Amino acid sequence: MPIPHATVEQLERQARVIRRHIIRMIHAAQSGHPGGSLSATDIVTALYFHFMRVDPGNPHWPERDRFILSKGHACPVWYAALAERGFFPVEELLTLRQINGRLQGHPDMEKTPGVDISTGSLGQGLSLGVGMALGLKIDRSSARVYVVLGDGELNEGEIWEAAMAAAKFQLDNLTAFVDYNNLQLDGWCSDVMPIEPLRDKWRAFNWETFEIDGHSMRQIVDTIEAAQQVTGRPSVIIAHTVKGKGVSFMENQCDWHGRAPNDAEFEQAMAELQDPMDSAEVGTSRA
Amino acid sequence: MKWAEAIPTRFAYGEELVALGHELPNLVVLEADISKSTQTYRFAKAFPERFFQMGVAESNMMLVAAGLATTGKIPFASTYAVFGTMRACEQVRTFIAHTHLNVKIACSHGGVTPGNDGVTHQATEDLGIMRTIPGITIIVPADYHATRKLVRAAAHHVGPVYLRFTRDPVPVIYREEDEFTIGKGKQLRSGSDVSLIAIGDMVAIALEAHEQLAQRGIQADVIDIHTLKPLDREIIVASARKTRRVVTLEDHQIHGGLGSAVAEVLGEECPTPLRRIGLRDTFAESGEYRLLLRKYGMDADAVVAAAMELLQR
Ligand SMILES: Cc1ncc(C[n+]2csc(CCOP(=O)(O)OP(=O)(O)O)c2C)c(N)n1
Ligand SMILES: [Mg+2]
Repeated sequence: MPIPHATVEQLERQARVIRRHIIRMIHAAQSGHPGGSLSATDIVTALYFHFMRVDPGNPHWPERDRFILSKGHACPVWYAALAERGFFPVEELLTLRQINGRLQGHPDMEKTPGVDISTGSLGQGLSLGVGMALGLKIDRSSARVYVVLGDGELNEGEIWEAAMAAAKFQLDNLTAFVDYNNLQLDGWCSDVMPIEPLRDKWRAFNWETFEIDGHSMRQIVDTIEAAQQVTGRPSVIIAHTVKGKGVSFMENQCDWHGRAPNDAEFEQAMAELQDPMDSAEVGTSRA
Repeated sequence: MKWAEAIPTRFAYGEELVALGHELPNLVVLEADISKSTQTYRFAKAFPERFFQMGVAESNMMLVAAGLATTGKIPFASTYAVFGTMRACEQVRTFIAHTHLNVKIACSHGGVTPGNDGVTHQATEDLGIMRTIPGITIIVPADYHATRKLVRAAAHHVGPVYLRFTRDPVPVIYREEDEFTIGKGKQLRSGSDVSLIAIGDMVAIALEAHEQLAQRGIQADVIDIHTLKPLDREIIVASARKTRRVVTLEDHQIHGGLGSAVAEVLGEECPTPLRRIGLRDTFAESGEYRLLLRKYGMDADAVVAAAMELLQR
């Protein structure tokens, strides 16, 4: 499978498409988590449309790169990226959270093509990633493992158990992202459970650390490339993000962690996310 | 019972892992800093490149095992049974059982066999916890030979398996050539007066009780339910139909484990007077393993008393 290559401008357009899918899906389901889906969108877009070797026709291809959405509640962003990459029809996105559907409320590896591992209970994706990265190393595979963590999720002790283990086994095929939107469910991270100094923590666990603007596609692309050059240790990319990014009334609003837009809010969100380059695609129309 | 020649079943686990390591290149072992207890140190010596020391971090270990399983490995993750089923319970439930990943949760220190270590180290609720989780095969071998055969069967079985071994020595009751099938109980003695249905280290106690009952002219049916799930319902119902009286024996709370499983089957298919031997909604304490069995009403005398009470009803 060739690695897809895209320009920064193409990736930025793709991210807008994905943000619109997120809003459509959560509006259709009338439940779901827009805030954390929108904050992770640029990272997920860069991975799926520039870096990850995956085969939509053969989702279990052994040499594929792996993606783990440890903050599983943000799965609308993952489903949208998978649909756009061709793992399943884009129209299926509107079945999010519906009975008999393949798009579960949290990622389910047995139901959704392209979902490498189930998640949704916070704090566990990095351990799963360590196991995958270890398995790929045993097989001398060149495939890489990418894990997206929430900042609130870092409260979980198992994250740090996994961080120790990843460094011990020198997993340079493992890259973690912290989606540092500074909000968790009950409020600001700095109030609920302060995680600073965050970069020092990862350094202390012997990880290679990077710190970026998680909405600058240029920085995301350059930093993932830099992380791929690191040898002998895992990398973490601390990405400063905005929860609800792209929809003005959702940005930095704790309330939009897990609530669905009503019809008026939906229209406004879609208008704000409209692509200036692509005026044909507006508002309520599907994909 | 030959207690003088007893062997902890965890020893058989450690030895069989090495044998399997030679045959299955995909078999890997994860450990949480107690390899001398769980006996995985034997595998670590033989196959250092396939042994992963994860430190005192059981939750992480369980999910690293899950991740390894997604890449086609056959991970055996070992710790004490209390930690494997309780500290890492949600990890096992959501990320190993629900995902049907091929992880073997192979735990030492089952029941009160850790004796003097006390309650923190005695797993007396693990079977009930594991039994409520869909899709996990639960295996508790009775002795050394059963353990070797069933560890082998678990390695070849595709899907999650929970295995529970003893810390302390238990008598050898099988012969090396005996064969075991996951999900098929073993008829060890045939009698028509009372059924003794046992699991794990309590199978030896059932055989002791069988001998004591025989001296009183009572013929007991003795069955080893080495696989708690999926349960061999047929062997249980056939025995109950024959004897009309059932005693279950488990090194575990009487709730949730073998006694409950047998009660469920009998209630549905063949209502039969039942007595359950096990911990009676209480924790044990520190003490020598066999003295604990005696104090908590789990030795052969207690089994005989339960059987006699059923016979005199
Ligand atoms: C173990 C666990 N505890 C609690 C929850 C409920 N929960 C869902 S999202 C969330 C907050 C997560 O915050 P963060 O990781 O910062 O995610 P993001 O801001 O990216 O949405 C909580 C507590 C959960 N899913 N799992
Ligand atoms: Mg957050």
